[in-house]
Amino acid sequence: MTRHLVVVGHGMVGHRLVETLRAQDTAGAWRITVLAEENRPAYDRVRLSAWFDGEDLDLSPVDGVEVLLGEPAVSLDPQARTVTTPRRTLAYDALVLATGSYPFVPPVPGRDLTGCFVYRTIDDLESLAAYARGRRRGLVVGGGLLGLEAANALRRLDLDTCVVEIAPRLMPLQVDEAGGAMLRRHIENLGLTVHTGRVLARIMGRDGAVRRVVFSDGGVLDTDVVVFAAGVRPRDELARAAGLAVGARGGVVVDLAGRTSAPDVYAVGECAQIDGRVYGLVAPGYAMAEVVADRLLGGSAEFPGADTSTKLKLLGVDVASFGTTEGPLDVTVTDPSTGVYAKLVLSDDAKTLLGGILVGDAHAYGTLRACVGAPLPAPPLALLAPDGPPAAGGDLPDTALVCSCNAVTKGTIVTAIREQGCTDVAAVKAGTRAGTTCGSCVPLLKQLLASCGVPASKALCEHFDYSRQELFDIMRVRGITTFSQLVAEYGRGRGCDICKPVVASILASMTSGYILDGEQAALQDTNDHFLANLQRNGTYSVVPRIPGGEITPEKLIVIGEVARDFNLYTKITGGQRIDLLGARVEQLPAIWRRLVDAGFESGHAYGKAVRTVKSCVGTTWCRYGVQDSVGLAVALELRYRGLRAPHKIKAAVSGCARECAEARGKDVGVIATEAGWNLYVGGNGGFRPRHAELLAKDLSTDELVTLIDRFIMFYIRTADRLERTAAWIERMEGGLDYLRSVIIDDSLGLAAELEAAMARHVESYVDEWRATLEDPERLRRFVSFINAPDVPDPSIQFTVERDQPVPVPIGRPA
Amino acid sequence: MTAVEMSVRPATVEAPASSPDQPTGTEAGWVVVCPYDWLEPERGAAALVGDRQIAIFRTHDGNLYAIDHYDPCCGTYVLARGIVGTRGDVPTVASPMHKQAYDLRTGACLDRPGVSVRTYEIRCRDGLVEVRCP
Repeated sequence: MTRHLVVVGHGMVGHRLVETLRAQDTAGAWRITVLAEENRPAYDRVRLSAWFDGEDLDLSPVDGVEVLLGEPAVSLDPQARTVTTPRRTLAYDALVLATGSYPFVPPVPGRDLTGCFVYRTIDDLESLAAYARGRRRGLVVGGGLLGLEAANALRRLDLDTCVVEIAPRLMPLQVDEAGGAMLRRHIENLGLTVHTGRVLARIMGRDGAVRRVVFSDGGVLDTDVVVFAAGVRPRDELARAAGLAVGARGGVVVDLAGRTSAPDVYAVGECAQIDGRVYGLVAPGYAMAEVVADRLLGGSAEFPGADTSTKLKLLGVDVASFGTTEGPLDVTVTDPSTGVYAKLVLSDDAKTLLGGILVGDAHAYGTLRACVGAPLPAPPLALLAPDGPPAAGGDLPDTALVCSCNAVTKGTIVTAIREQGCTDVAAVKAGTRAGTTCGSCVPLLKQLLASCGVPASKALCEHFDYSRQELFDIMRVRGITTFSQLVAEYGRGRGCDICKPVVASILASMTSGYILDGEQAALQDTNDHFLANLQRNGTYSVVPRIPGGEITPEKLIVIGEVARDFNLYTKITGGQRIDLLGARVEQLPAIWRRLVDAGFESGHAYGKAVRTVKSCVGTTWCRYGVQDSVGLAVALELRYRGLRAPHKIKAAVSGCARECAEARGKDVGVIATEAGWNLYVGGNGGFRPRHAELLAKDLSTDELVTLIDRFIMFYIRTADRLERTAAWIERMEGGLDYLRSVIIDDSLGLAAELEAAMARHVESYVDEWRATLEDPERLRRFVSFINAPDVPDPSIQFTVERDQPVPVPIGRPA
Repeated sequence: MTAVEMSVRPATVEAPASSPDQPTGTEAGWVVVCPYDWLEPERGAAALVGDRQIAIFRTHDGNLYAIDHYDPCCGTYVLARGIVGTRGDVPTVASPMHKQAYDLRTGACLDRPGVSVRTYEIRCRDGLVEVRCP
């Protein structure tokens, strides 16, 4: 009998509960309804300020759960076991309160004036952003974690920003006085003003809108916007009204199993008081969610206690604290030249690490946090050295918490590696959830893999011990231009279907020449070998290039005539062009003769290459367009056509923020703004869909093209075989920030070389199909049989479906 | 390891006097398919012998192999269009459809136990490639 679970609240912790329960409830014991107050699916509130970067904050939806958006619970009846929303009353077998918290607004006169905001939801950000437009000054009340996030938001909105904190230092809960002072230096260097030890007495307005604040010491400060970010309070009003026990300072009281005082009612996350404490961090919330999911399935899990360690990047400054931050002995480093402050708290025999604080550089956080309670793996100064702590993974005790976000111990990870056969970071993430939230423990995961004896194998296949990038470098530096020389000097055997196309792709990138001359022909997969795409019945498809999806009626007619004359099936592709399917090998030259004569050229649909640049009609036609998206798409497609890469590259240009070209689903996505173009990178559809992320904003067309040149060339040189740009960026240490430093700030000094390489490609481009048709030698491979070149393969047969030819299956696959 | 030179098919060589319908050969069962030089090193070619589709291969060391053109893993005639290479010491072709590798010497599929294709005798005589059809 299926039971009904109602989850009240659709934030990160509620979402985690539902996700865990769905994954573990394999028998389908629970039907789940989620009541969401906000009108949008669950999102990552921890990274709220990334909303300004246009980042996608949505959490991945969970199948088989009914989520009622915009429908908060208004009352709860634990006796009747029902919960009521403005629209209905639901009966439950179990109910979980995951209502989170609300922002605390101090009782300052004037706090209701227009221009006062809180910082909690995407709706808050949207109204803040709308109000801030055209205004000059902003003030944040609160110098803690949330306050500094909010200050970053105001800064992103181009306001002169000031932060007011009651305590004598910034982030008083996380860092000590010296750490707070270092943090303050960083923040003031960014041009923000910081007031510590000051209290707001009154907010004054004119015409109902904020104009100035008055401090309790009598000082005044003009401002247009006030954001309250001075902490949060648990949302326990529903529980209170229903008569559930709540703590003296708020929070629904729960036991270590997450149970409230009412039967079958649980509470998790920031609305709960567990073990006498209310936690405002996501990691303890996740731990509670997993406990309750286990209990709902008859388990006996208990809250293991919370790790309140945090590592954040606030206003671009690393801040971390872990374990206890006060203790018998400590080692501190204060370096004003680099802006680094670090403190390690040690036991009284100076042998055991108890906790610490890091400001300005938190690279050692992952290792240090996992060492809390364990012997120091190295002398303190070595641990804090800028080149990173020495490899420590192997020395940690099995109980060490490697991933605090998801409470995964070293023992669990080692078991996953040794017994479940996880052989890389991705497998460990999938198998244990470690490293899937903040990612700070990923370097430790790598160390643990290494210490378990899993070699970080880069070997391409049995013929080469090198990765694609290494082979690229070898061939470029040594000037190797044949597979035979490469395999003789750097490999073994005669290659295979993995390494040969890789070498073919590298050669194509290095030389930009015709890809089927000489020995290179033998390296190509059948698609590149016949410059067409193999289909399931042994025929091929033909895709002429239609740049930007723009095509004349005359050319459309030619495609139609060719399809009719050769009995081809036609279909519109997702890349705004036309696929002609069902061509036999020996028909390809005649088909392409007709197409080339009509002005078409190869669309490279068969290659790991730049495919299409999709576009919307832009300013040419659209009444909303702000830039000429078709013109840019055509120019980009012609610039990069024929470029071979580790995988296919797709691009799109949208003429306004409505994004009709779906540019954020592409490797390279361009979206028009009033001021120019925004460039997004690393998106794809397919098996694991991903939105592209913003690389740079408001670019001129020339700036845009330069950045795309560098991006694509850097990808071609350094990505692995069959690695799309999304996976490539994900794998990069430092991710998008690192990519930005290489592509925009030229941190590797590569930019000129990458641009020159692209310029060579653009200059040397020739249409492969035209080049093939012009050379009788090159045409000779297009025969059905070497001894009967014009006899069609008798096994290929067609039938008609919806007025078009489709294949008749030939044999039954084994 | 010997470097392999790509041989270009000489334009002067006439197609051999063989046709799929009337196999000709010097001995019983042997059928001339094409001049040796027409075969690209490390690439296959399909041949029609009688009504049988045969994939013939010239490997980097100059050896010749002949197996079915039909790939039982996908049920389509495509094996001659696969990538030729080695697995350990075994000369292989990988099906262009889903990349299963076949031993060119025995026809055994190395990735699907129990699956195999048939092999044919093949030789080079007077510069001509001949296949023996049972």
